[in-house]
Amino acid sequence: MESTTQTADEALPPVKVWLLPVLAGWIIPGAGHFMLKKSGRGALLFASVLLMFLFGLSMSGTMFTPEKGPDYLTTLINYGGFACDLAAGAMYVLAVMFGYSQPDMPGAAHDYGTKFLVTAGLLNILAMADAYEIAAGKKD
Amino acid sequence: MPKISLSHFEAAFLFSLFVSVVMGITSKKTQNERVHYGFYCFGCFLLALFGIGWAMKLGHG
Repeated sequence: MESTTQTADEALPPVKVWLLPVLAGWIIPGAGHFMLKKSGRGALLFASVLLMFLFGLSMSGTMFTPEKGPDYLTTLINYGGFACDLAAGAMYVLAVMFGYSQPDMPGAAHDYGTKFLVTAGLLNILAMADAYEIAAGKKD
Repeated sequence: MPKISLSHFEAAFLFSLFVSVVMGITSKKTQNERVHYGFYCFGCFLLALFGIGWAMKLGHG
């Protein structure tokens, strides 16, 4: 029992080691990597997530709002999409604040835009997980 | 914000590029592995893009 607790303690790095890089990475994509002196990777992550987000906005992509839909699937899509949009960090907040959130429109380009916005958030989650692994010493 | 309207191919190409870069960086541990995995992902995306595109074209007759 004691050895199990010890192993669990060893597996979890202290919060203060990884919290700041992960939080910084959420607000500005790649910032966590910059804090951990991985500038090259940080710059590539920043450029990829930012361009994905900007292309999404330029294609009139829609931002999801956390609202209940007429059925469970729509509700799940709304909440899931909102969580992914939110994962883009400051870009999402600024886009909503300055009124770039656009209404849902039919058309392939708009649909691609919405997917680009959601994927930018998902890619930022991957970047945050990577920053966590680097900060925790699990990865170079 | 300037509006752009990309074709299916252009949008899917850009999507593949950005996702491959991030997946390459975040998935592997050494620099060589990252570069290889990034190119591998990009190749898979393009293969799927052309493969599914042709399958749809042939499927519709």
